[in-house]
Amino acid sequence: MKAYIIRRLLYMVLTLFGASVLIFGLYALTPGDFVDNNPKLTDERKAELKQMYGLDKPVVERYFVWLGNAVRGDFGYSLQYQQPVTSLLSQYIWNSFLIASASTLFTWLIAIVIGVISATRQYSFFDSAVTIGAFAAMSFPSFFAGLLIIKFFAVDLGWFPPGGMITTGSNATGLAYVWEVIDHMFLPVLVLTMLGVGSLTRYFRTNMLEIIRQDFIRTARAKGLKEKTVVYKHALRNALLPAITLLGFELPALFGGAIITEKIFNWPGVGQLYMQAFSLRDYPLLMGFTMFLAILTVVSNLLADLLYGVADPRVRLK
Amino acid sequence: MTNALLTIDHLQTHFFTPSGVVKAVNDISLRVREGETVCIVGESGCGKSVTAMSVLGLVAEPQGKVVGGDIRFDGVDLLQLSPLEKQQLRGNDIAMIFQEPMSSLNPVLTIGEQIMEPLWEHLLLSKKEARAKAIELISLVGIPRPEEIMNAYPHQLSGGMLQRIMIAIAISCNPRLLIADEPTTALDVTIQAQILDLLREIKETYNTAILLITHDLGVVAEMADYVVVMYAGKVIEEGPVLELFSNPRHPYTRGLLQAKPVIGQRKKRLNSIPGQVPNLIGLADSCYFHDRCESCMSVCRLKQPELKQIDDGHRVACWLYEEESGLA
Repeated sequence: MKAYIIRRLLYMVLTLFGASVLIFGLYALTPGDFVDNNPKLTDERKAELKQMYGLDKPVVERYFVWLGNAVRGDFGYSLQYQQPVTSLLSQYIWNSFLIASASTLFTWLIAIVIGVISATRQYSFFDSAVTIGAFAAMSFPSFFAGLLIIKFFAVDLGWFPPGGMITTGSNATGLAYVWEVIDHMFLPVLVLTMLGVGSLTRYFRTNMLEIIRQDFIRTARAKGLKEKTVVYKHALRNALLPAITLLGFELPALFGGAIITEKIFNWPGVGQLYMQAFSLRDYPLLMGFTMFLAILTVVSNLLADLLYGVADPRVRLK
Repeated sequence: MTNALLTIDHLQTHFFTPSGVVKAVNDISLRVREGETVCIVGESGCGKSVTAMSVLGLVAEPQGKVVGGDIRFDGVDLLQLSPLEKQQLRGNDIAMIFQEPMSSLNPVLTIGEQIMEPLWEHLLLSKKEARAKAIELISLVGIPRPEEIMNAYPHQLSGGMLQRIMIAIAISCNPRLLIADEPTTALDVTIQAQILDLLREIKETYNTAILLITHDLGVVAEMADYVVVMYAGKVIEEGPVLELFSNPRHPYTRGLLQAKPVIGQRKKRLNSIPGQVPNLIGLADSCYFHDRCESCMSVCRLKQPELKQIDDGHRVACWLYEEESGLA
């Protein structure tokens, strides 16, 4: 087990090294940079700035300078904000994490419950309705669903604020502040949940249907166990196993931000920050954030594999 | 003669598939008396397992359905029971073991947990009592180090051991009837003999009636008191084991017995019955065996023979023996 973890950690370092080459290479090879982008600057001023930011050096040298700093946890300064990338990210990432974690929680809960019910009553009215509903929810583009929901709940009914994270000009503190954020979170979380729940429901339904046809379910029934025990103890536990791998992919998504949804609801998340950095070619910020996601992906994959071992006895002992 | 424990009368179980109705069990009647071992023999796909599943009410709905006949267990009509009553009966009065021990146990639960489940459910034992009883059951079915086995998972045990565990689960609530659906088919020969010995021991100790489903005539000879031969969803011959083996009447039963190797006789080729079990969808009104039968007559293609008594306890459905009673 120890040797396995050490080997996996070594692979992780190699993977991340490859990822860093790709990430830096792609951004460095894109023509134009933060300085070229600004038409108000004179040529002399541009040359001066490029020297200051180190943009005049050869690509390979720039890569190793960047990598050397990155290894020490320093991803450089955002050109646009003139702040360290790490502190900038930590300001925005938690906002994204807030809505992403809430919607992930709801998505999984709803998907598991609906998936199990519709699998145990395959081809019933409920099952057909859910299958069609899941398809419909999946097919909505997020900008359309978002705007529609703003129109209904914020404009027509006036139940929830249409955007932002706090009410403009509000100085609420303590519990009042928490309530305000929850009030603002509601609509973006609703959109994200709606978009995610379809595919996950179908996933759980298929998994459950497959498990429920297995021999050991027949044994459980032949033992005279209650149908509830058969479904929730014997079937669901087995159906949840492959979902652990899926959970591994969710972790980067929790911090990755939802670009379109955040934009529509004007949520100060990292997705919006990322979009802005793109249009201004704020490369240090872009590279830092992409690298951060790469690290998260690799770590969560390792975590998922280890968790799988805990949950499935057949993997545990190998 | 003791009373009938399980009585199946004119049972019909059909499967409704897109290509037509499959009459998997087509008018089957049989009887299992207390403490008796009845074997159902037949080729794959002749409705043996579906008969067993119908008894337990485990036919996969909505495709499969018991459409006619009745099943009585100790006088109670099983088809009229509510789902709750059926559930209380399963594993308690009637228990079942299956063909594939490797896939019949839940891979993520410990062996102990799976043995204790019916004890909690039916005998309402406490965790501690159930644990003691489970350990007792594991040693009863001949597995050493029961405490260790309690915490093991199915993938850590061999097929033979898993089938013993399945038997331990099946007998945990002292059932009066044990249905064994090809319990030895997936095991190698030496293990087969051990499992059969174990079943016989259980039968003798607890006076459990056994309904044994198999296609292996060796198993039948070793275990059965009474044999029912099935073909294409119908009973074609039945009788006490000695009578049936020494004096088989139906051409299909004869074929089966000739297809079996006999020790001490070396033949170049074993006899085989040509052809296959017919497709069970849209069968014509004929003897279902007629196109494979070596003594097929014209009447066999037109009408179905009925199951008729020919000797004491020996019944056969074949036109060859109808003539004697002046028919055809």
